[in-house]
Amino acid sequence: MKMSYAQAIRSGFQYLLQKYPNVFVMGQGLWSPWYVGNSMNDLEVEFGKDRVMDTPVSEAACTGAGVGASLCGYRPIVVHPRMDFMVLAMDQIVNQAAKWSHMLGGESHPAVTVRGVINRGGEQGAQHSQALHAWFAHIPGLRVVMPATVKDARDLLISATLCDDPVVYIDDRWLYELEDDLPEIEEKKLSNQVPEILRSGKDVTLAGAGHSVQLCLEASQDLSEAGVECEVVDLRILNPLNVSPVVTSANKTGSLCVVDGGWETCGMAGEVIASVAEQMEPGSRNIRFKRITLANAPAPSSKVLEDIYYPTREKIVDAIRNWKN
Amino acid sequence: MVKASELGILADPSKFTEPLELGGRPKDVLISLLEMMLVIRKVEECIADLILEKKVNCPCHLAIGQEAVAVGVSDNLTAEDKIFGGHRSHSHFLALGGSVSGLLAEVLGRSTGCSGGMGGSMHLFQPEKGFVGSAPIVGGTVPVAVGAGLACQKDGKGNIAVCYFGDGTVEEGMVQESFNFASRFKLPVLFVCENNFYSSHLDIHLRQPSDRISRFAEANHISSQIVDGNDVVKTALATRELVESIRGGNGPGFLEAVTYRWRGHVGPDENIDVGLRRKKEDLLAWKKRDPIRRLKDGMLQANMITNSDYCSVEDSVEQKINDSLEESLAAPFPEESFLLSAVYKSEKDLS
Repeated sequence: MKMSYAQAIRSGFQYLLQKYPNVFVMGQGLWSPWYVGNSMNDLEVEFGKDRVMDTPVSEAACTGAGVGASLCGYRPIVVHPRMDFMVLAMDQIVNQAAKWSHMLGGESHPAVTVRGVINRGGEQGAQHSQALHAWFAHIPGLRVVMPATVKDARDLLISATLCDDPVVYIDDRWLYELEDDLPEIEEKKLSNQVPEILRSGKDVTLAGAGHSVQLCLEASQDLSEAGVECEVVDLRILNPLNVSPVVTSANKTGSLCVVDGGWETCGMAGEVIASVAEQMEPGSRNIRFKRITLANAPAPSSKVLEDIYYPTREKIVDAIRNWKN
Repeated sequence: MVKASELGILADPSKFTEPLELGGRPKDVLISLLEMMLVIRKVEECIADLILEKKVNCPCHLAIGQEAVAVGVSDNLTAEDKIFGGHRSHSHFLALGGSVSGLLAEVLGRSTGCSGGMGGSMHLFQPEKGFVGSAPIVGGTVPVAVGAGLACQKDGKGNIAVCYFGDGTVEEGMVQESFNFASRFKLPVLFVCENNFYSSHLDIHLRQPSDRISRFAEANHISSQIVDGNDVVKTALATRELVESIRGGNGPGFLEAVTYRWRGHVGPDENIDVGLRRKKEDLLAWKKRDPIRRLKDGMLQANMITNSDYCSVEDSVEQKINDSLEESLAAPFPEESFLLSAVYKSEKDLS
């Protein structure tokens, strides 16, 4: 059945709410048709306003309430319609959710899922455009998932919600129109999920997560026409980070370019490259590394500047072409 | 410049020093309240000594002098309720029947501690007694307790969530959010503010325009009571009224218990003049409002107990603590593998 990325998210919510009475969803704007694209349309009509709760403008209280309810047998999904707003809930995510298992002796597990939506472009500017996945990937105790495909948009939401650990699920509005055929839902344990090779190639390894993966796939098409075959690795899970498939691929191609919609300094791209560099087999050939990230500036509102700010298919193609020449 | 107290005589340590009125509570209940306050005081005195002996190294925030609050509140709770604490929560933990050896082993960093030796004094855990957890970020557990209240509401079994915090906590934004959130959804949450007039070193008058914390409850349409938090009988009674209403589905309640800590913000000493306005004479005056001595005197006056009864309760408490301490000192530290295996649940399952 053909489904869009946004519809796939909704179908994940629908599956969870239908099958698991202890799942509920809360966040700002959940009863509004425009807050989270069409990724949650009418869920409150289908499942009731007790299970799909629109909340006061209180990111910390709402996220903390998800943590607390998860300690008492529930599987809450807390939704932040802009990832930027999660910054107001950092204590609850970083100091509380991520820490309770370890600091209380391994017996307390906040099984909360926090969904943050990356919603860039459209001249929204610096406080409505951030992709802060690297922050959460830095924190032991959190799991961080970043679906790049229609299937993962649905399936990683389900795996995240059924996981006993706190999970940050990050989706991207730029992917909402992406379409694909989806198989029946099969519940999968999040801790068993690994990166996936979405395209095979012998010349260059492209790695990313979320929307960056789609850019890599698009660039790979252009590069293929120019005779450069790229292997595209979708990282899927940023915490705990598993780079083994990237190591294998980079060993094969000899070139690794990591594309990230976040910033460069202390960012995801640098982390992947460093991990690959460390884990290369001794005596293996020298690998060339490159990262394509955001310019080191807050997101501009100006359309003119937005156009040069974000990684694009063309930037990836140019970088690889220059590399190869 | 010292502003006038909105709490009035409740903030005046020369008041409320007489023997307690017993409120018609039966003798066995009063003896158990007395015994529990003694357990808390003597465990914390034991911990203070262990710090001085350098056997305990983690930061310990002692609640000596504040025993009546946790004991009076817990008089109205069950093990099915969901209770949360902060950095100063030994009393909250013990008042629920939390394990003395579990607490002592925990502050000693031993694997038999209530948090497996992973938490120390500020991270306590004994869910089978209702104590879901304590954590020291000021205000951090308030939203979490609100979520536990949401879970209790969804369960529909009449259980409630309880969150203990101090007067400094209401200065945090997420706490104000939590009051509004709990009120908006009529959640079964009891907010318990132990107003001891200090946040760390700083006097409340240097932090807030009023010393009456329950004004925030009123602003959020949460029913509240202010009590002498050094009167275990009145604290229990005020809690009972709030808890009955909360269990009845009428939304959250707020207890402001006025009290005073005898020791400093952290560690065993008294912090005289470390804090602005924290004078020796204030401390001495507050020690005359001793919650334990007042209950004891009330019971003596009512001929419920004799001095020798009191001494035998005290002796048995001390014996229990000594036994627990001996056991805890002999216990091992956490396994090294625990450093990584406790981070994620499924990782732990693999190990």
